[in-house]
Amino acid sequence: MTAADHAPVQAGRGNAGRLWADRAFQAVGLGVLIVALSALAALLYDVWSDGYHRLSWQFLTTFPSRRADNAGIYAALIGSIYVITVTAVLALPIGVAAAVYLEEYGGRSRVAKFIELNIANLASVPSIIYGLLGLGLFVRMMGMGRSVLAGAATLALLALPVVILSTREALRTVPMSIREGSYALGATKWQTIWHQVLPMATPGILTGLILSLSRAIGETAPLITIGALTYIPFAPDSIWSPFTVLPIQIFNWVSRPQAEFKTVAAAAIIVLLILLLTMNAAAILLRDRYQKQGRV
Amino acid sequence: MNVVTRGMPSLSGLTNRSGTTPVAPDTPVKIDVEGLQFYYGAKQALEDISIRIHANLVTAFIGPSGCGKSTFLRTLNRMNDIIPDTRAEGRVRIDGQDIYGPGVDVVQLRRRVGMVFQKSNPFPKSIFENVAYGLRVNGLARSKAEMAARVEESLKAAAIWEEVKDRLHESALALSGGQQQRLCIARALAIRPEILLMDEPASALDPIATQRIEELIYDLKKNYTIVIVTHNMQQAARVSDHTAFFWLGRLVEYDRTDKIFTAPAEKLTEDYVTGRCG
Repeated sequence: MTAADHAPVQAGRGNAGRLWADRAFQAVGLGVLIVALSALAALLYDVWSDGYHRLSWQFLTTFPSRRADNAGIYAALIGSIYVITVTAVLALPIGVAAAVYLEEYGGRSRVAKFIELNIANLASVPSIIYGLLGLGLFVRMMGMGRSVLAGAATLALLALPVVILSTREALRTVPMSIREGSYALGATKWQTIWHQVLPMATPGILTGLILSLSRAIGETAPLITIGALTYIPFAPDSIWSPFTVLPIQIFNWVSRPQAEFKTVAAAAIIVLLILLLTMNAAAILLRDRYQKQGRV
Repeated sequence: MNVVTRGMPSLSGLTNRSGTTPVAPDTPVKIDVEGLQFYYGAKQALEDISIRIHANLVTAFIGPSGCGKSTFLRTLNRMNDIIPDTRAEGRVRIDGQDIYGPGVDVVQLRRRVGMVFQKSNPFPKSIFENVAYGLRVNGLARSKAEMAARVEESLKAAAIWEEVKDRLHESALALSGGQQQRLCIARALAIRPEILLMDEPASALDPIATQRIEELIYDLKKNYTIVIVTHNMQQAARVSDHTAFFWLGRLVEYDRTDKIFTAPAEKLTEDYVTGRCG
C-alpha cells in the first residue's frame, strides 16, 4: 500500500522509509513484549510475596481447616493430580484414535468435513457448558456421582478437541515418502500407521496432550458444575471417591472474608503454578527424548 | 521444446507398434500391460499403454518430465492407490494375473513388486530396523537369528554391508545420500520380491554413488526383473537391456536399448535421445 503511494519517490528515500518502518516495528514489538511480561512478572511477584511464607511441607500435607493457620492443600493437590492423570488416560487414546480415523481413514467426504468443523467449534465452547454436560451425562445418567471419574471424564471432553486437532496436525507432518516406503514393503495401512506414522507424530501428539491438560488442570467452572466438593478432609483413594482440586480450593479460600485465607490462597496458587510448569517441562523433555529416539 | 513439437510426428497409430515385444526376447514375459489408461481425477495421465516387460532384464523408462513414466511405474505395484481420486483402466498382468482384477490383495502384490523411490526415504530408525521392517510386517522371519541372517543377506545384496556392518544399530539418517539409497534397495530386497521398480534411484546422487547403484542394478538382474525410470539417458543406455520412450502420457517406442539409442524407429524418439527435444 505504502509502496504504491510512494512509487514516484526516489529510491534512496523509499529505502530509508522501509528501514524506518522495520525499526519502528521492532521497537513496537519489543514494547508490547515488555508490557506483557511485566504484567506477568507483577502478578507472579504479588502472589509470591503474599504466599511464599506459607509454603512448607506441612502446607502440602495437611487437609484444609477452618483456621487459616492450620489449613493445607493435601486433598486438593492429590485431587488435582489424580483427576488430571485419569483425564490423560481417557483423552489420549480416544483423541488419538479419533484423529487417526479422521486423518487416515475418514477420507474427504462431506460428513468428514462437517465433523472436522464441529471439532474446531467444540474447542472454543465455554468450559462451563462441558460442566453441564458432565453433570447430566456422567454424574446423573451414567451414575458416576461426584467422583474423580466423573470429573476426569468431563475434563477429558474438554481436552479432546485440542488433542484431536493437534494429533491431526502431527499426523499431517509425517512425510508421504515414509508412508510410501512402508506400503512398498507390503505393510498394511494399519501397520504403516502403527509402526511409522504414529511414532513420528508422537512429539506433536504429546505436546498437544500436555498443553490441553495444562488448560484442564486450571479449570474450575466445569468441576464446580458437576459438584466437586469445596471442603473435604480426605484425599481421593479411588476413581469413585469425591474430590476437590486446586483451583476450587483457591476459589474457596479467596472468597473467604478473613485476610489470612488470602495468604493461604496465594500459597496454593504458587503450588498450582509449579505443578503447571512441571507439566510443561515434562512435555518438553518427553518431546526432546522422542525426537532424539526418532533420529537414532 | 515448442519449436520441435510443432514438427513432431503424429502419435496416433503408434500404440500397436509400441505393444510389440522387442526383437529376440531372451527371457519370458513377466509383466504384460494391455490398454492401460490412468487418470488423476479428470486428467488423463496415461493413454492406452501396452507393453511386455521381460523377466531378469533391466527395462528403462525414459522421457521428459511429466510424460507419465513415473505414474506408469507406480501402476505396476498399485502405489497410486494411495493417492485419492486416481483411476486405472485396462489390464496389468504379472505372471498372467491381472493385478487390477477383483480380489487382488494389494499388500501381497507389493510384497512381490518392490519399489525404490527417487528420494531415499529411510525410516527414522536404525539401519537394522530399516531392513528388518519389511520382514516384520510380513512375518517373514521366524527367529532372531533368521532375522539377522536375512538383514545381513539383504545388506550384502545391496552392496552396503561392508560400510554398515559395525553400526547396524545406529540411525539410518546418519548415512550419506548414496548409502541411504542402497539401504532402501536392501530394504526392498529383504522381502525377496520378484520385481524391483526403481523411480530415478540415482537422480539425487553424485557420480560415484550413481556408479555404485548402476553396478548394483547390473548384478541384481540375475535374480530380479528390474524396471527403472530415469532422466539420464546415458544411464538408461548403460544399465538397461530394453528401453521404453514415453511422451505426453503415451508409449512412443519400446525396443532393445541399443536400437533405441542408435536406430530408433520413431523420429520423436530420435529427437529425444539425441537431445533435440524434451
